[in-house]
This record gives sequence, structure tokens and C-alpha cells, in this order.
Amino acid sequence: MKFSFSPEQHEFRSNLRRFLADRSPTKEVRRLMDTDAGWERDAWQKLNAELGLTAVRIPEEYGGHGFGFGEHCIVLEEMGRALLCAPYFATTVLAAGAILNAGTRADKSDLLPGIAEGDTIATLASTEDNGKWDAASTTLTATPAGDGYKLNGHKSYVVDGCTADIVIVLGRAPGSTGENGLSFFVVQGDAAGLTRRALKTMDPTRKMARLTFDNVDAKLLGEAGAAAEPFAKTMHEATVCLANEMAGGAERLREDALAYAKLRVQFGRQIASFQSMKHKQADMLLDVEMTKSAAYYAAAALDDGDADIAATASLAKASACETYLQTAIHAIQIHGGIGFTWDNDTHLWFKRAKSSEIFLGDAHYHREQMMRHWGAAA
Amino acid sequence: MSDTTESTVRAECRAWLEANWDPNLGLVEWRNKLADSGWGNPHWPKEWHGRGLPVGMVAVCEEEFKRIGAIGVAKVGIRVLAAATILAHGSDYQKEKFLRRSLTGEDAWCQLFSEPGSGSDAAGAVTRADLKGNQWIVNGQKVWTSGAHKADYGLLLARTDWDVPKHAGLSYFIIDMHQPGIVVQPLKQMNGHATFNQVFMTDAVVPPENLMGRVGQGWAVTTTTLMHERRGADGLRTWAMGSDKPGRAYDEEREEITVSLAPYKWYPNRAGRLDLIMQRAVETGTADDPVVRQEIAKLLIMSKSAEWTARRARTAQEQGRPQGPEGSLGKLASSHIARAAARVHTLMTGANALLTAEDGDLNGTIAEILVSVPAGSIAGGTDEIQRNIISERVLEMPKEPREDTGRPFRDVPRNIVN
Repeated sequence: MKFSFSPEQHEFRSNLRRFLADRSPTKEVRRLMDTDAGWERDAWQKLNAELGLTAVRIPEEYGGHGFGFGEHCIVLEEMGRALLCAPYFATTVLAAGAILNAGTRADKSDLLPGIAEGDTIATLASTEDNGKWDAASTTLTATPAGDGYKLNGHKSYVVDGCTADIVIVLGRAPGSTGENGLSFFVVQGDAAGLTRRALKTMDPTRKMARLTFDNVDAKLLGEAGAAAEPFAKTMHEATVCLANEMAGGAERLREDALAYAKLRVQFGRQIASFQSMKHKQADMLLDVEMTKSAAYYAAAALDDGDADIAATASLAKASACETYLQTAIHAIQIHGGIGFTWDNDTHLWFKRAKSSEIFLGDAHYHREQMMRHWGAAA
Repeated sequence: MSDTTESTVRAECRAWLEANWDPNLGLVEWRNKLADSGWGNPHWPKEWHGRGLPVGMVAVCEEEFKRIGAIGVAKVGIRVLAAATILAHGSDYQKEKFLRRSLTGEDAWCQLFSEPGSGSDAAGAVTRADLKGNQWIVNGQKVWTSGAHKADYGLLLARTDWDVPKHAGLSYFIIDMHQPGIVVQPLKQMNGHATFNQVFMTDAVVPPENLMGRVGQGWAVTTTTLMHERRGADGLRTWAMGSDKPGRAYDEEREEITVSLAPYKWYPNRAGRLDLIMQRAVETGTADDPVVRQEIAKLLIMSKSAEWTARRARTAQEQGRPQGPEGSLGKLASSHIARAAARVHTLMTGANALLTAEDGDLNGTIAEILVSVPAGSIAGGTDEIQRNIISERVLEMPKEPREDTGRPFRDVPRNIVN
């Protein structure tokens, strides 16, 4: 497997990094995270239009740039570093992922150009109150009605669920169990019978919603009763994308903590000259570089259609969970008292680290997924 | 410089090998041909058994050697470090006397740097060399000396001036190991093996022509040796193979490898034996234990990530980009991996891990892993020194204030060693 970045990819990354540093300074992050939506349509569409970020992985035939996960994950890593407040993950990773994996040509022609253009904000609603990330736990029901379906039930932990123009919903045929009878549906954000409540989240940079469905009109996406497999594929992809986003955030925390240690003076010395700080920083570098390697490898594995992707994706996420949170803990510790204040920026990434650790499954969950895949080969 | 392009070098090397390689030559006879022609170390200067080619051409020539199955110059052990150091700092006399016989493998070498009182801090050496009459007289003790019992010569770091600062008072010598003033004793390790030696020097003699560099320049010369040691740190794995083909040269090379490798047969256990993990989960009936599964997964995450990190570093180098921080982390990662593997082996094996030899699983291998792993985070630079290197060289963090420089070495606090 080829697993390195081309000169073009390096240039893309450095341009994007400069661009996001300019457009998403922490002042802007703080302003947006205090809004109900967590992002602003005008500002986001303007930013997106300049670089065409929502189009990166949409195939050219549907109005996108047709790049792979290599490029998509560069975008996510840089957004994680900048803590960009935008509905990017929900729209391009979760919703577009489900549409690409499950949708018919007609579905894709219908839905993807708007996403590529940046006009359509979309999300995926699969998890429910029980907080499980698998398809089999779905209870929301879909009953055929006329040309479409009626959805009844609820969804929770839906990223950008209050602001999405369309919601891709995972539901099941009444009476079906496990991975049978599952289908994806497209629901308009303003559909009658759909109630969207913003959840009060610990991480203010990732807004989530609980949705209740009371006889909501829905259109089938893809094949009826066949969503389990494309859902699993979408989750593997989302897991890898999230791991890359997390690697970017962890590296930013590491760098900021290092810069602070070189500035801060105690006992007449830069605290960066104390061995306790140096060894902590060396450990942080090791953790972050190992996590980056796993995240990059997993992105390359997605592009290569690697048969091991279930294990590789879980490996990357489990690594990112441990590293991002541990790096955040070290970063606060290195800052000392100021690191626990609201005015210091470290807590913004700490909270993103914690929410990312749990979102799409924590390290324990993903380690077990890894072993289920590789244990069979033992 | 049209004669140094890859294709011309490859063609020339191939033609020479096809005309000269003969597996039925004696190993020394063949390697003398390599020294005469310069193809054994093509990046060495023409006047010293090389061809003056760029370092990048070495891999090209190695491919040609591999293609035809030809044996290279002796690459086993400290003689490689000795040759590199002599080439960089040695006198013409030293180059004439020592280089060829290191390439042929006729001379064996050892490295006399570490002492009981100075491990991480090699520049704190207190072995003394005093010029008496026309000879250097050496007194002191060295430790962790692999191959000393078989060595013909040693690379010796010794203090020649106690009234100048630490690093300025050291000199570097080549010492003949076959003399009455030198006693070599095996150093028994906590796992029962004795891979290394202690070397006691009592009025041992070094002739003045065996001083390398000038008096007081010893640390600079030592740094060259250590740099080559780090660069070749994973050499053990690559030369361990030999060939199974018939022929006198192959026979002699196999013998050379067997003898050289014998002291290191426990090294795989020191690294934690990841290769046994899945097999042991099945054998011990713990493959379904959720705690064991979590611990195995943690170990696999570490080892895979470390492997991919090393690949990232290599790829960056191949693409001609500066090596990123990922290149400095391997040693530290391997310590973590070895320790984690030992924990998982303990978890899976249970009480049987208390037993050694034929009473223990896999003929005591599990127990040997547990008592060998502590070596990994110490040998070749402790984890703590690795963290200092990473933080100072990669992260550009300041050095700590020092007590040991800027005053005469005799006033620096140091260990009392009996």
C-alpha cells in the first residue's frame, strides 16, 4: 500500500492550514460556539465556496472533485486542528457517505450536487437514546405509505441535527430485528411531525440534537431492507475521518502546550528547561505521531479498498481516543492554573477531545471491534 | 561525472561480480578481492579500499551483490564501527594497519566506552591513560563490552587530562586486547545470559601510534563511533540470515554468523515476542477473555502504529523531504511495546509464567521474556536519554543547567566505584 503524501497533497494541506488559521481563529470559534446553531450559514458558505471543501470527495459526475479519502482526511485533520465550527463532518462524512454507499444513481443525482455545492446541509441520524453506534440497535420504524414511508420513533446524538436541511435516517420495517429490515430514508429538516431539540452538550463546538418522528414523511434512500451493509461501510469511513480530525486537534494541543512551556518562566527558568516538562513533551510527541500514522494508514486503506478496513478503522479510532484525551490532559497540566480557566483556549480542544473520544464509539468499543476482526485470523 | 550514474555503477558492479565472484574461494581471499577492487565499500575513498562513489550508490551495489548471491565485506560487530571511525579520524598508519583486516573479518573489535560509573554519561569516563616514557599506560574498568573475550583490538575512551573540563580531557586509543594487563570477565545479566563483558585494565600498554586524533580530542572521535552505532542499530536483524547455498565462502560466512550471533539469542525475548501473542491466546484458552482481548488490542495498536510511523519516516527520506519527528521515536516506542507485550504474556500465562526451563510453557520462553524485557529500555540509550534527545533536538527545548562542565573534571562530583 502506498502510504505517503504527494507534493500536491502537502501543498493542499499547507494552504488549507494557513486559510483556516486566518478564518477560524479561536476568537471566531468562541463566537460561533456561543450561538444555538454552532455555525453560520453565510460565513460557512463563503468559506466553503473559496476552496470547494464540501466537494472534495463527491464524484465528478455528481458535481464534486472526485478525490479520495487521502484528501478528505487532510481537510478533516486541518479542521480538527483549527476547531472549525462548521457542519462539515455531518454533511460530507456522515450524510454524503451514506448516500454514496447506499443510494441509487437517482438518489445521488438528486442529493449530492447540492452537498458538493455547499448549498445543502445534511446529517445522518442513526443512534438512539441507548447511545449504541451499531445498526442492529435501531428501533425507529418506517411504514410504507403511498409513494413513500412514514417514520415513527426517535433519534439522538444527531450532529447538527437542528440545522440540517435534510436528515438521512436509519429505520427498520415494523417487526424486523437485528440487521434485517433496515433502510435509509431521506427526511426534510422542516418536515411535519419532526421535532428537533438541541441537546445541551459538554463540547460546545459539536452541536447535537434529539429528533422525534411522529408520522414523518420520508423517501427511501437506496434499496429497502438492505441498509446494514452500507451503514457499516459508512461507519468505517466516518471512524477513519474522525480519527484524522482528532489527530489534527491533538497535534494542535501538543504544539500550543510546547509554545507555552517555552514562554512560561518559573524559578528563574523557562519551564521548558525542566526535565519533567521535556519528558512529558517527548511522550506527547510519540503519542501524536503514532496516532497520525494510524490515521493516515487507515485513510490510505480506505482508498485502497483494504479488506482489513474494519480492524484498521477501529485501530485508528482507538489510538486517536487515547492520544487526543491524554494530550489534552497533559496540555492543561503544562499550562497549570491558567489552563483550567475559561479564557485560556486549551479547554476548547479538551472538550472536543472528550466528545470525540465517545462519539462513534470509545477506545474499549473499537479495541473489541479490532479483535473480532483479527481474532478470527489467530 | 558520467561514470557515477546509477545505471553505469550498476553495470560496472555487475560486470565485476560476474567476472570475479566465486563461492568456492576462501572468505578472506574473496574479501581481499573486495578490498582490492573497492566494490566491498564503494563509498569509501579510492585509496582506502573503496571507489569514492556517493553513499546513495551503496544500495545499488548491494542489490547487485544480492542478485548474484555474492558475500560482502565483514559487517558483523564492532569492527564496522572501528573501520568507520578509523576512516574518519585515523592516521595513515592506522588505516594501513587496520582497515583491510576489518573488511576481511580477520580482526575482531570491541568498544571500551561505558564504565561502571558512567553509563548514559559516557564522557564521564575515569579510566586513565598516562604517558610514561614512550608508552600510554592504561588503568581502569570498562563494562557492557560485547565481544571483548574474542576481540583482537578495542576502541578505548580514556582520560588523559584531569585539570581541564570533562569533554576536553579525553583521548581515543586503539588498544591491543592480547596483553597481560587486560582481563576480560563475562557479565552475568538478570536473565542468566552473559552477552557482555567487564574489562579490567591494569597497567595495560598502548603505543603512541595507536592514539586516534589528538590528545584531548577523544570525545569528538567517540561521537563519530556512536553516530555510526545509532545508524546501524537495527543491523542485527539484517545480517543474521546468511545463505544456505553450497560453497566454501558460504560455509565460512555461516560459521561467522553463528559464532557472532550466539550471545544474542535471547534478544527476540527482550523485544517482548509479539509473534507469540495470538498463538498464546489460543494455547492458554484466554482468547475470549475480555480483559485479555483489550490488552492484546492495545499492544497491536502500539506495534502497528510504530511500524507505520517508521514507514512514514522512511518514505519521507526516500522522497527527499527532511525527516520529520517521526524518525526519532522508534526506540522509545519499542520499549513501550516490549513492556506491554510482557504484561500481556503474564496475563495470558498466569501461574505457569513463574516456571522456567522445561517446567515453563514453551520451554521457559515466557519466563525468559519477563526477565529480559527490562533491558530494552536501557540498552543503546535509556528511555530517559531518548526523551532528552527528542525534546532537545526535535522539539528544541532548552537543556537543563549543568554542574559538570566549565570546571576542571577533577572537581566534578562523580561516582565512587570499587
